[in-house]
Amino acid sequence: MKIHEYQGKEIFRKYGVPTPRGIPAFSVDEAVAAAQSLGGAVWVVKAQIHAGGRGKGGGVKVAKSIDEVRDLAGRILGMQLVTHQTGPVGQKVRRLLIEQGADIRKELYVGMVVDRVTQRVCLMASSEGGMDIEEVAAKTPERIHKVFIDPVQGLTDAEADDVARRIGIPEGSIAQGRAVLQGLYRAFDATDASLAEINPLIVTGDGSVVALDAKLNFDSNGLFRHPEIVEMRDLDEEDPAEIEASKSDLSYISLDGDIGCLVNGAGLAMATMDTIKLYGGEPANFLDVGGGATAEKVTEAFKIMLRNPGLKAILVNIFGGIMKCDTIAEGVVAASKAVSLSVPLVVRMKGTNEDLGRKILAASGLPIITANNMAEAAEKVVAAAKRQEH
Amino acid sequence: MSILINRNTRVITQGITGKTGQFHTRACRDYANGKACFVAGVNPKKAGEDFEGIPIYATVKDAKAATGATVSVIYVPPPFAAAAIDEAVDAGLDLVVCITEGIPVRDMIRTRYRMQGRKTLLLGPNCPGVITPEELKIGIMPGHIHKKGRIGVMSRSGTLTYEAVGQLTEIGLGQSTAVGIGGDPVNGLKHIDFLRLFNEDPDTDAVVMIGEIGGSDEETAARWAKDNMKKPVVGFIAGVTAPEGKRMGHAGAIISGGKGTAQEKLAVMEECGIRVTRNPAEMGKLLKSVL
Repeated sequence: MKIHEYQGKEIFRKYGVPTPRGIPAFSVDEAVAAAQSLGGAVWVVKAQIHAGGRGKGGGVKVAKSIDEVRDLAGRILGMQLVTHQTGPVGQKVRRLLIEQGADIRKELYVGMVVDRVTQRVCLMASSEGGMDIEEVAAKTPERIHKVFIDPVQGLTDAEADDVARRIGIPEGSIAQGRAVLQGLYRAFDATDASLAEINPLIVTGDGSVVALDAKLNFDSNGLFRHPEIVEMRDLDEEDPAEIEASKSDLSYISLDGDIGCLVNGAGLAMATMDTIKLYGGEPANFLDVGGGATAEKVTEAFKIMLRNPGLKAILVNIFGGIMKCDTIAEGVVAASKAVSLSVPLVVRMKGTNEDLGRKILAASGLPIITANNMAEAAEKVVAAAKRQEH
Repeated sequence: MSILINRNTRVITQGITGKTGQFHTRACRDYANGKACFVAGVNPKKAGEDFEGIPIYATVKDAKAATGATVSVIYVPPPFAAAAIDEAVDAGLDLVVCITEGIPVRDMIRTRYRMQGRKTLLLGPNCPGVITPEELKIGIMPGHIHKKGRIGVMSRSGTLTYEAVGQLTEIGLGQSTAVGIGGDPVNGLKHIDFLRLFNEDPDTDAVVMIGEIGGSDEETAARWAKDNMKKPVVGFIAGVTAPEGKRMGHAGAIISGGKGTAQEKLAVMEECGIRVTRNPAEMGKLLKSVL
């Protein structure tokens, strides 16, 4: 799960990671009031969307008067902000963060992720702040410093100080750098984060070390113990189809193609998408119905796929194990009738009770195309989708 | 022979009294030699009772002492599953198979840290388990699609493992052992560990290695295979069409920062002499072609 920058900064402050003073705003009036309440002479108006690259896309601007805050807030709120992470359509800006301007002397990078090889949280830090870290990693890997954090000891003083020095935090600010790094790890660990990033972390003119940005993602498996973080979820930032699917306990991801697929199991679902592509089609989605696909679940899945006006055909690929093929067949028949299915449907079922399942499909009187294996199913669904184009 | 488990393995079920635990314990008990193999269950509140004749003990330690079991399988719900693994490790079992899906990564980091230097092996979490066909099934896979034979199968995905097994069985190739590694980012045994085990198993002739996007375990295993593997390995990687930055169902199936793509994995596997297919419908055929 992702949250906004201003929410990330609230969490940071709780763990002793300093941030500029700021106030979130949902309207132009609120933005002006926020700037007035913050005081000072320079403010930053920052678009709050979940994607990165907001500055380059025109979503972060400096204002030197209250009038300018009003003007910028009016322009940024409601804009379709396009960044390298949003796709060409962009993301509508509905929230702003109004912050006091900062006196930037140095821009650094600090991030944390779970390293799968060492099975520890990895701190990555670099003197190259404000840049895309993947680019730094590719071009100048020697400028990225890593610590694989011992889960029992945490990030030690010695480790934190060493990293702080390596990324160029001045000697007089090392203690502050240590507090930021250790605070960030405590925040990461305590909130079940999956990713934390401060880009840039700045050293100000007076030597303070401050998180100018905040990015936090959370392990969805850990959310059950963090209701306060679940409350920060912003559904406007998520795909409506994916939200709908999650309500029915379906794992769904929208893709760009026109062939819907409904599969049991994540690996088989990916493999099914790949096979569609291999036979010249384009998958419209990833959809794992999980271990217990009832008629209701299949109906819900069909409805979600059919929200896509460009959908030309559906492929159902089930390997019945615990889940029986006759149960699935009944679900598919009921769902097709419930949604008055108007696009071609190809069904491939294998495993427990597959013969029974096929009989149910045949007896339904519905124009369901059946297939014996994945390749045949993909071939048939791609052909069916192509016919829809004419 | 086989890897990890056989008809003589004795198994403790942790979480035997829950709905999932009961359902799968029945199915495992009814498969091949299961009745003799599933000897104990664990539930601290129900010690002294039994589940359909399988005695329940308060702790894994008690169950092990009473039955001599060396393996456990875990169906405990996610908030308590890592602690269940810890308990099995502390009891000194040889192998723990954790079926539970949804364990927080933070818990698994601590559990894996505790396991350093201990003898217990961990399969999973978030995995279908392991089966030595016609001997013993520990996990949630459908037993009837398997057939005893000489092909090793391993995969990070459950149903994709079944798909490969189904294809092999259909063309008459049985399996020595089929194992689901699991879809979580922080887990126990990995592709490389199973390649090693299959390599040393005199009753395995060839291996199907199935991977998916995310992480670099497949590449690590492929590089090891290049220098060490004495048996043919064929492979498939799911997720060629998966977009970057999206978790594809499994917690560990994510391309991040351009790393962990299917294309990259396939390329490394091919470089290391592993025959790969881009068509998952042809995993069985491909394996047959290298025998």
